[in-house]
Amino acid sequence: MFADYSSTELMSIFAMQGFAGLSLFSVFVLMAMGLAIIFGQMGVINMAHGEFMILGAYTTYLTSQFFQNVMPELFAGSFFVAMVLAFLVSGALGAFVEWAMVRHLYRRPLDTLLATWGLSLILQQAYRSIFGAREVGVDLPDWMMGAFNVTDMVQLPINGLFVMIIALSIALAVYLLMYRSGWGKKVRAVVQNRPMAEAVGINTAGVDRATFALGCGIAGVAGSAFTMIGSTGPSSGQAYIVDTFLVVVFGGAQSLIGTIVSAFGISQAQSTMEFFLSGSMAKVLTLLVVVGILMLRPEGLMALKVRR
Amino acid sequence: MKTPKHSLSSRPRRRLLAGLLALPAVLALSTPSFAAPPTSEVNTSGLAVTEDTVKVGILHSITGTMAISEIGSVQAEKLAIEQINAQGGVLGRQIEYVQEDGASDWPTFAEKARKLLRQDDVAAIFGCWTSASRKAVLPVIEQFNGMLYYPTFYEGLEQSPNVIYTGQEATQQILAGIDWAVKEKGAKTFYLLGSDYIWPRTSNKIARIHIEKKGLKVVGEEYYPLGHTQFNSVINKIKLRKPDVIFASVVGGSNVAFYKQMKAAGVDLTEEDPLLLTISVTEDEIRGIGGENVEGVYASMKYFQSLDNPNNEEFVAAFKERWGDDMVIGDVTQAAYLGPWLWKAAVEKAGSFDVDKIREASPGIEFKKAPEGYVRIHENHHLWSKTRIGVAQTNGQYKVVHETKDLMEPDPFPEGYK
Repeated sequence: MFADYSSTELMSIFAMQGFAGLSLFSVFVLMAMGLAIIFGQMGVINMAHGEFMILGAYTTYLTSQFFQNVMPELFAGSFFVAMVLAFLVSGALGAFVEWAMVRHLYRRPLDTLLATWGLSLILQQAYRSIFGAREVGVDLPDWMMGAFNVTDMVQLPINGLFVMIIALSIALAVYLLMYRSGWGKKVRAVVQNRPMAEAVGINTAGVDRATFALGCGIAGVAGSAFTMIGSTGPSSGQAYIVDTFLVVVFGGAQSLIGTIVSAFGISQAQSTMEFFLSGSMAKVLTLLVVVGILMLRPEGLMALKVRR
Repeated sequence: MKTPKHSLSSRPRRRLLAGLLALPAVLALSTPSFAAPPTSEVNTSGLAVTEDTVKVGILHSITGTMAISEIGSVQAEKLAIEQINAQGGVLGRQIEYVQEDGASDWPTFAEKARKLLRQDDVAAIFGCWTSASRKAVLPVIEQFNGMLYYPTFYEGLEQSPNVIYTGQEATQQILAGIDWAVKEKGAKTFYLLGSDYIWPRTSNKIARIHIEKKGLKVVGEEYYPLGHTQFNSVINKIKLRKPDVIFASVVGGSNVAFYKQMKAAGVDLTEEDPLLLTISVTEDEIRGIGGENVEGVYASMKYFQSLDNPNNEEFVAAFKERWGDDMVIGDVTQAAYLGPWLWKAAVEKAGSFDVDKIREASPGIEFKKAPEGYVRIHENHHLWSKTRIGVAQTNGQYKVVHETKDLMEPDPFPEGYK
């Protein structure tokens, strides 16, 4: 199948294909980070995770509208403001949801699943009533459009690079927070042994709320970043939720490193296969491989080794 | 061709009763206020028709994922009904509508269609959007002998005696589009790209047959799941194969991702190398994608909001006055607007609201005030209509660059599919 192409053409295509895989990887990392915290650390199956992302996306949309209409001269920087706002808004809603709903259900994981599923439907309809059923697109500042022309054939999209940088910074921040801070130590203590953590004086309810809010806030930032690659509609979150769970479960629910490794594996497999097969077939094959590996390793790629 | 099913006159007693009840009313009103024929004459099948009203149903999703697309159709149908009422209604009767929500869920569509036909006894239903919802409603409509006016452009391969298809079937859009690209742009190679479900797959099959019949070449054919948002791989493949034309039938939110990523990957569609020809992006979709991302995209459809004719000017003005200045009108919205008018014409030609008579009267009915210009119902219940090629502008509107000389004949069962 490559006979018709010159070797330079092939080289540049492989370079761009590698980049496509990396940008899919960063999308997966962004999606999965928030869920890895909530599902992995707290064991809460949050079906409304996609809707928290979309809340971040709508926040970004409103912020960019605001900048465009009120202070167009600062529009170029609006995206950074939007991301911070998205984190705060989604995180605040997350804290509220934890207080109002999730904390009453910690011992009943299946009920949590149903309750958060209901929450996701409520949020979707709320978005539909507030923002209208039509999808909205966020206008990007000029500096984010376009691509770096590395050679004639190789172009690296700027927004792809940008998403990649956000994904890596968030992954790094989460790592530092979870494994290098006192607060992270508390979270891990609560995860491993709740009664014991309580006994040594950790406010477990407070830790729970903050963890849940952090996960939702990161979902909001992810949603904000996704406005660069997709559109925002009331039910756009649904498109992400399956892939998100897939990445987290495949990586081993309690391991953040596992999440990153699994995001990398799935994205590279997917984009390589997409190049040789059709898009739908690539997806089917990826899922088959994931199912196969999970049958052999039910704990996921990187299981946390703790005595139970 | 299927033979029309006639109703098994399931409600003889009610029909008789209605007739008897109507009799004294007619005698009492020896001089009716206007030339409205008596109900007993125009309604022999137990429909919800009174001396001065007739009930119809509107069945679209106003909640759920499809609401985005279907709300425009609801607005167009309501506008048409209001305009008809303002002109005196149908056979002297004002149209009342019962609106039901299909909620983007196909079994719900079927259930609501049953409710409209059995409980509300509506004379016609304007509704459905996706093929899946139409397929779900079809058995109900045929069983209870209702009449459905279906607005969406679709894949064809269907012809029900109980449906009038007011959108284009696939060949009307595709053949005209490809012929134009070959003739005007000298296209030789095509890359077919679509979302993975029946409409894009059928459309691309029709396109492939047509392209290969001309001795030209399809250099790639590709499908992505609905809602897919990563198109980098296919964009790379397109760059490698260098087709003259990308023929795209990507739908929904995927569109946004696709066009944004094309732009980000340095493919400037205004340079027409490759040229992108779509059959799925209407003005409605551009609102989500953003005009600057689709500038230079060509679309092959029967209607664009920018069509320059007096009917359309009137329609666009009325639509904006009724629903707000920021409204955009896409192909399907216009097709939905045709529904009530075509039904009115059929009722008047038949002199009756009975579905069997409307079915017989429908072929040959023309609507000269159609915003798209002129349409006529074919024997096969689809519409004769012209196909236009428009090029997308940054303001989210299409500029019409080509129009077929003659009306395109609807051909729901093209060669190679029978």
